[in-house]
Amino acid sequence: MEAIAQGVVHVFLALALPPLLLGVIARTKAFVAGRVGPPLLQPYYDLIRLFHKGSVISETTTWVFRLGPLVGMTTAVLASLLIPLGGPTAPVSFAGDLILLVYLLGLGRFFTALAALDTGSPFQGMGAAREVAFACLAEPAFFLGLVVLAKLTGSLALAGMLGASLGAHWATDSASLVLILLSWFIVLLVENSRIPFDDPNTHLELTMIHEVMVLDHSGPALGMIQYSAAIKLFVSSALVARVAFSAGLGSGWTAWSVLVIGILVIAVLIGVVESVMARLRLSHVPTLLVAACLLSAFGVILLAR
Amino acid sequence: MHKDVNMVYRNIRISGSDPRSISATVVGVAVTVVLCLGALAPVARVLGGARPASVRLAWDSFHGEFHVGLDPLSAVFLLPILVVSPLAAVYGGCYLYSFRGRKSLVAAWLPFNLFVAGMIMVVIARTAIVFMTAWEIMSLSTFFLVAFEDENAEPRRAGWIYLVASHLGAAFLFAMFMLIGGRAGGLDFDDFARLPARGPVWSGVIFGLALVGFGAKAGLVPLHAWLPEAHPAAPSHVSALMSGVMIKLGLYGLLRVVGFLGRPAPWWGPTLATLGLLSALFAVALALHQRDAKRVLAYSSIENMGLIALALGLGLWAMAKGAPEPAVMAISAGLLHVWNHAIMKSLMFLAAGCVLHGTGERNIEKLGGLMKRMPWTGGAMMAGAVAIAALPPMNGFTSKWMIYMSLLKWGLSTDGGGLPALLGAGLLALVGGLVAITFVRLAGIVLLGSPRTTDAANAHESSWWMLAPMMILLGLCLGAAVAPGALAGLFSGAVAQITAGDRTTAARVILPPLGTLGATNALVIAMLAAAMGGMAALTRVATTGPTWGCGYAAPSSRIQYTGGSFAATVALKLLPRVLRPRISQIAPRGLFPARALFHSDSPDPLTTRVYEPFFQRMGDRFSRLRVLQQGQVNVYLGYIVVVLLVTLAWAAFRGGWGRS
Repeated sequence: MEAIAQGVVHVFLALALPPLLLGVIARTKAFVAGRVGPPLLQPYYDLIRLFHKGSVISETTTWVFRLGPLVGMTTAVLASLLIPLGGPTAPVSFAGDLILLVYLLGLGRFFTALAALDTGSPFQGMGAAREVAFACLAEPAFFLGLVVLAKLTGSLALAGMLGASLGAHWATDSASLVLILLSWFIVLLVENSRIPFDDPNTHLELTMIHEVMVLDHSGPALGMIQYSAAIKLFVSSALVARVAFSAGLGSGWTAWSVLVIGILVIAVLIGVVESVMARLRLSHVPTLLVAACLLSAFGVILLAR
Repeated sequence: MHKDVNMVYRNIRISGSDPRSISATVVGVAVTVVLCLGALAPVARVLGGARPASVRLAWDSFHGEFHVGLDPLSAVFLLPILVVSPLAAVYGGCYLYSFRGRKSLVAAWLPFNLFVAGMIMVVIARTAIVFMTAWEIMSLSTFFLVAFEDENAEPRRAGWIYLVASHLGAAFLFAMFMLIGGRAGGLDFDDFARLPARGPVWSGVIFGLALVGFGAKAGLVPLHAWLPEAHPAAPSHVSALMSGVMIKLGLYGLLRVVGFLGRPAPWWGPTLATLGLLSALFAVALALHQRDAKRVLAYSSIENMGLIALALGLGLWAMAKGAPEPAVMAISAGLLHVWNHAIMKSLMFLAAGCVLHGTGERNIEKLGGLMKRMPWTGGAMMAGAVAIAALPPMNGFTSKWMIYMSLLKWGLSTDGGGLPALLGAGLLALVGGLVAITFVRLAGIVLLGSPRTTDAANAHESSWWMLAPMMILLGLCLGAAVAPGALAGLFSGAVAQITAGDRTTAARVILPPLGTLGATNALVIAMLAAAMGGMAALTRVATTGPTWGCGYAAPSSRIQYTGGSFAATVALKLLPRVLRPRISQIAPRGLFPARALFHSDSPDPLTTRVYEPFFQRMGDRFSRLRVLQQGQVNVYLGYIVVVLLVTLAWAAFRGGWGRS
């Protein structure tokens, strides 16, 4: 019974909470800048508005363009079902699901990039090229982080890797855990197109990465893209929070509240980073990503004794 | 080069039917189809668990007997031959028919059938003589197929490189078989299997020779140089068969020979695995920025062969350490990927052939927007790209997942691969990311956007004779995606044979995770379908309009991102310098630029920097021997007499008259 209740809560949180993170980030940035900022629930209003709009579809495009947002949303939702939130396990969990998680996000990116190329627009092609190039460096950094967790816990299922036994390792292997947290935070910023890698609010197409890729989508399709971006942010924040707060996670419903607070703390942290940093030059992005890969790789090496 | 191809495709459609071409096509296709479908039944029986069978015939002309057999290992490698060959033949029947009147189709179908028969013989051969004969038939017949369009320089060059590479590889195999035969006292594989206890050095030498000889056929780096030349030059149905099926026989040979050597030495597995991973990294880095669609696929084949070699290497490593479960897992991952790659790469090559057929172009920079004019080919290519990028919910993902799992499990087990295996998993993730770029680029630039040339704008869809084989392959890919367990069950006999275990244990290790994975793929497919249904209900008003050009009012197809620019971030900045494309350009200068030029080329660094200079120098050295070549029969007779006398003298001095 408890398990079913936790599953229901998991699905509810994974679907309902993500836009709130965007609201929290926006409010944090406004606070640091001394503004009032938009309402906390503004992202929800935006989504509702988008889903009620009609859409314009370019004549150049084919079914791939319409499939892109759908695949993006489906994979994001599936990914959110794979990672454990507050409970001991996730709704979908099996040995080896870590690979599925990485490749599901890859599938979403694959079709988002194809949808961008389908428009025949140079700007969108540019965005797609940047997105896939940065992702191919972010993937090993993320994956090696997962390898660290697998090595620590001896499990190849995300539920076990992020499970209760991880907390004890903060006492013995904190170096590796700190390294992968750093690496994952960089990956989180890149994958969710945050400053210093990408600016979701910029108005110059030439400098965008993710936003320029989806320029031609409108109405419900754009809503889906924004919603799946929010879910992706939620999934990455939840992963970071699960590792960062594993020592004090507790059990039962306390774990859920600790995790939700943890995710919100990470959203605030992203807001602070966005407030105090400027964007990197695009050519410096790969350097930082390679650094993230090396951090994760050192995390693995430190465990080999 | 592309202009020539273009002309050919323009001119061929007018010529009428001619009985010779029709009969050549019908006979050529029918022989392959009947042969392969007929042979499927015994193969299926052996895969299902029937006892291995063999046939021996007395054979006067050669050493030993004529001996062929069918065991689970052979059956696993026969399956792709028997399934892909008839499909390729039917496709090729239509594809080659457009060459009628201009080229002899007999010259295409005779080597094609010999090629298929040669592949089958390689896998069922049970003596070194039959094996090497079949191996040569396979290599020589494909030489004629690669050089089929010999009026163009490119296929001639490709055929030449292929011929040299095949024979250098075969030389190592001859040496290997002679060494084993000398020790075993016969050339029958049964003699090889009964070899007495062997020293580690001797086994190591045999393994090394096999690795070089078979690795050259499998396209493992650095012995891959022939592959990116030969596969694009051959007609597409032949490329499909070569890339999808033939190169796997290199790995078959390696597995067969390793089976003769008893328990693998500790260094074999790590060597093969490292070679595999490096091949994958090297090849994907080059696949990323090729402009020829078929060269992209050829490099992707090297990458996939690298992945299979990685899996098999892990298996040998685990066997050497006496760990049966990881060995079973890794070997099944490899065999599953053999099958998956066979069907998805054939699908991709056939699709690329349809694009070539419909537009006359292989250069992706001159294509674009084909999805609208060639919806079936486009759809098949798109699905194939997802499969080959190893993304869920397609079949490539299942075997890649198995390879990851073998690597991770082997890295985590107490006396397993340790740190190298874990870091290897990270490199595998890098390969995965690069493959995704490669195939987003290939599918996106070729199929999507707007046409970049008039050839692309006037593309025509292929006939159903060419589309149907692709659809069957696509169906097989989907089947392998949702039911990988059924396939692995068929392969468990071979896994047991390689790992010297038994079939039920092997099945127990691999079936549960594959069942989960098949269900996951089905779940992803179901969710996608549900999302599509939901979207159809949600979309209210959809109007059409031009693509938003960010305020630019006169967009054209030339402002689109090209394949070169799409790959540029990675290809020009992140790759090591030797793997980057070579660019020569004159940038426009000043207010009234006079001329500007941009040229980019993606040659294979090993070919241009190592092999070409080496063979050039060898060629120069050997040209000094031309003095021997006098063109007079009496001189040549003199040479023969001298050689004969020397040989006789040598035999006499060794006193070996009566013995051998």
